[in-house]
Amino acid sequence: MNSIDKINKRIGALAAFVLFFSFTGCNPDDSQKLEERNWQLVWSDDFDGEAGTLPDNTKWTFDIGTGDGGWGNAELQYYTNRPQNASMDGEGNLVITALSESFSGSQFTSARIKTQGLFEQQYGRFEARMITPYGPGLWPAFWMLGSNIETVNWPQCGEIDIMELRGQEPHVIHGTIHGPGYSGGNPITKSYGLINDRFDTDYRIFAVEWDEDKIDFFVDDFLYQRIERDDVPGEWVYDQPFFLLLNVAVGGNYVGFPTLETPFPQTMVIDYVRVYQEAN
Amino acid sequence: MKAKIISKYFLPAVASIAIFFFMGCERDIAELETATYSANPDVFIDGFSGGLEYAAFGGSVPTAFNVDNETTYNNSAASMRIEVPDAGDPNGAYAGGVYFTSSPRDLSGFTALSFWAKASKAATIDLVGFGNDLGESRYQATISGVNVNTNWKKYIIPIPDPSKLTAERGMFFYSEGPEDGKGYTFWIDELKWENLGTIAHPKFAILNGEDLSETSFSGVTRQIDGLQSIFNMPTGLNQAVNITSAYTEFSSSDPSVASVDETGNVSVMAEGTAVITATIGGVEADGSLTVNSRGDFQHAPTPTHAPEDVISIYTEAYPNIQVNYYNGYWEPWQTTLSEDFEVDGDFILNYTNFNFVGIEFSDPTVNATQMTHFHINIYLPNPVPAGARFQIELVDFGADGVFGGTDNSSHRLTFTPPTLVSQQWITLEIPLASFTGLASRAHLGQIIFEGTSITNFYADNIYFFK
Repeated sequence: MNSIDKINKRIGALAAFVLFFSFTGCNPDDSQKLEERNWQLVWSDDFDGEAGTLPDNTKWTFDIGTGDGGWGNAELQYYTNRPQNASMDGEGNLVITALSESFSGSQFTSARIKTQGLFEQQYGRFEARMITPYGPGLWPAFWMLGSNIETVNWPQCGEIDIMELRGQEPHVIHGTIHGPGYSGGNPITKSYGLINDRFDTDYRIFAVEWDEDKIDFFVDDFLYQRIERDDVPGEWVYDQPFFLLLNVAVGGNYVGFPTLETPFPQTMVIDYVRVYQEAN
Repeated sequence: MKAKIISKYFLPAVASIAIFFFMGCERDIAELETATYSANPDVFIDGFSGGLEYAAFGGSVPTAFNVDNETTYNNSAASMRIEVPDAGDPNGAYAGGVYFTSSPRDLSGFTALSFWAKASKAATIDLVGFGNDLGESRYQATISGVNVNTNWKKYIIPIPDPSKLTAERGMFFYSEGPEDGKGYTFWIDELKWENLGTIAHPKFAILNGEDLSETSFSGVTRQIDGLQSIFNMPTGLNQAVNITSAYTEFSSSDPSVASVDETGNVSVMAEGTAVITATIGGVEADGSLTVNSRGDFQHAPTPTHAPEDVISIYTEAYPNIQVNYYNGYWEPWQTTLSEDFEVDGDFILNYTNFNFVGIEFSDPTVNATQMTHFHINIYLPNPVPAGARFQIELVDFGADGVFGGTDNSSHRLTFTPPTLVSQQWITLEIPLASFTGLASRAHLGQIIFEGTSITNFYADNIYFFK
């Protein structure tokens, strides 16, 4: 989620990866043999509140404003804690809405919520069922940061991006980790593309399964990326608790600028977020 | 700088997906559908597909289209080359034509017509589309203002409702004129029907998405227009598609009050309220028309003057003189709109959101020196409050015959309650001598109406008589 300096290094890896998973992913009869797990739900939010209510403040807290330099990425939106940017829809979803409106010097508003200080966990399964927004310059994300970010700073704290999407490619999501020596434009990342379909038209489940050896990335229970300790060119910083974040950014180095034709408002609809631990 | 790098990153990913789309995962429509007609997706791949024919539009350069074997997409065998003429080309003013099949195709298993295009220079093609069969062209759909440049690029025309296209002959058509007077050439290749799951979020509208409410009467007919359809394309950007009413399923909340036919023509039947709405492909369209019918229309009294004693501006009883307009939409202060209607052959001027409005008949002006009176029927459908005022002004353009010359003259008369009453026809027969400010009535050119506290009026039977 941070500024991209050397994005060109990613080109080869991404293209090759989309090729591979587009091909394997297109046959719904394909099955993967994964180790059996015994996941036990330890934390969740089903977003069952009344329409217009804010996210549960015992579980979520807001980031407000424009951060430091557009949250480190030259993002254009102003994050608020207003219901028009983040609230329940009354039908079991949290809706984060990006609006095109002048607000405190910004051209757009949106919301970014996080469990920092309220919930954190080391290892487990972290998943969300959601529909993404779309349109050039939209940058939705479901991600995690190391809880020690306040003391060791980024990227030493580590970052796990469970799902990111560029609105100009509504059929491709990206799973990524950033750590010391492999951050910004040079992270460990892979992409998962849908064949003849899009992520903004129906719910999909985005998840990571994380233990002391590896982090696995899933879309609808299809494993499309496994990152093991040895795959990381720098320090493995994933042996400590992380907290969760959900946001919709507008513009920024990762996604580029919205165009005049980008449709607004744009919504990310989140049915639930669930966190599991493996039972012994 | 950074944007450039990102675009490099974007392209290989898309190309890769496209390759595997073709190799691995394209649905074979022919296997899924048991079609009465051919479901052949190919229109022009490396030549005319089976049964495809071409006809140039009237007035276009008949030879504008040719098959090209040199400039082709992806080094294929052939493309379609369109040569747009220069302005003033004696062979035709534009390039345009239709690609149609001799027997219909079943296209209901597809979601879009797509093609690759490039041009000899950056240009904007006026119109491309499908559904033109040189006949009724019932299910025509087009996109307009298509930007092309010197690179091959893929273009997609979404099908508004594929279920309608079970027997379609209009595969493709185009229309393009010179750009700033200059001709150029564009090429189209790989023209085919596709089932794209990457087109999303269809949005439709009637009446441009507005919820209108109109007072009406039994016998009034009105066309629902302002059809709009928008699709979100694989790039995340919206694309507007121009559609015909045949794609639209209209319905009335109370057909006994107002019925609507399949073309969107509303017929008011009786007193009451009915709401006209529409769906397209099962998706509810934005916009609606609420018809507030007052029942039987009260016609204005039929004029009784001898035809030779009348100069008619707006009647059915007499031949009307040439009138430039019945609403000049005079900017910037005029708010008045026209929602004229017809009841059983009786045409009524209906001025809504009224502040002032002018009728002009200056070509030629009217010599009313032999006439003695001005006649008009007006009908005020809303209550008339105290202080309401209706004014009629006649303008004579003088000997020079032009507005704003040196010899204009005019006079304005004011009418108030109790002359002004609500919901019945008011007959005003005004002696022309009352317009005392008129220096002459030999070159009359305008009638101007102005109102206070009157937001809507109907007018009929406007004429001079003796």
